Amino acid sequence: MKARVTVTLKSGILDPQGKAIEGALKSLGVDGVASVRQGKVFDIELSGADKAKAEAALKDAADKLLANTVIENYRVELL
Amino acid sequence: MKSAVLVFPGINRERDMARALKLASGNEAAMVWHAETELPKGTDLVVVPGGFSYGDYLRCGAIAARAPVMDAVRKHAADGGLVLGVCNGFQILCEAGLLPGVLMRNARLKFICKDVHLRVERSDSPFTRGYNAGQVIRVPVAHGEGNYEADEETVKRLEGEGRVLYRYCTPEGIVDEESNINGAAESIAGIVNERGNVLGMMPHPENHVEDIMGCTDGRGLFAGLAAHLEKAA
Repeated sequence: MKARVTVTLKSGILDPQGKAIEGALKSLGVDGVASVRQGKVFDIELSGADKAKAEAALKDAADKLLANTVIENYRVELL
Repeated sequence: MKSAVLVFPGINRERDMARALKLASGNEAAMVWHAETELPKGTDLVVVPGGFSYGDYLRCGAIAARAPVMDAVRKHAADGGLVLGVCNGFQILCEAGLLPGVLMRNARLKFICKDVHLRVERSDSPFTRGYNAGQVIRVPVAHGEGNYEADEETVKRLEGEGRVLYRYCTPEGIVDEESNINGAAESIAGIVNERGNVLGMMPHPENHVEDIMGCTDGRGLFAGLAAHLEKAA
């Protein structure tokens, strides 16, 4: 089973990297960019077939390691 | 003073730290590998040194914070033992939940490697008793992610409880925007936990302890720790 965990900065947390990317896009003349926030994507392969178990394991992984919940939110998707 | 210096893959300041500790206390520090599950018996002070543990993968300090030895460090701290984290060590202590908040990318996005001035905010902590309150010291920094941030309430609590021990300032001791090299909340360079026995700081006091380094302002921190532990023993 394949899964994806997406980690993003909470709103209100300053994201200097996102700001730099935003500036670069604007200087490249890419139209209509209002703002950029940078995040992380983890593509994970799971060995079992139980969806509920998989979701619980992924949440555990995100809480324990993949995200720092002081500053980040995460989203778990089974693909 | 019996100290233990933790060693993770990618750490590079552990020898400097051990040398500073020996200079202050006369005792050789124990080097403790991250896979250990116990600290040497009778450890007074655990030091998490600087460097780039696990290549800063995922988030700085995130992987080291989950190493087996960290459970022993948590127990040591819960029993009232002293813990000092410098630079990557500060990041590791935050990720391990031993200190609140997080170290974010420097506000101006640059890696900063230079001497900075710090104001010592109080002298009644084991980590500052070698200094006077209000004293300005000069120590080096070398980090790309030292911008201390926490939610508003946490920062307010840190301030209200006097838990900010070191703050970036001008050579005259004035805290302003320009001397706040990395954009940290309230120019925070170093904080302690609620109990006051765990300190995390971004600057490297261990690199200003001998005449050959051109400055010995960092000595006070280690001398203070040694004096505190001698008195306690």
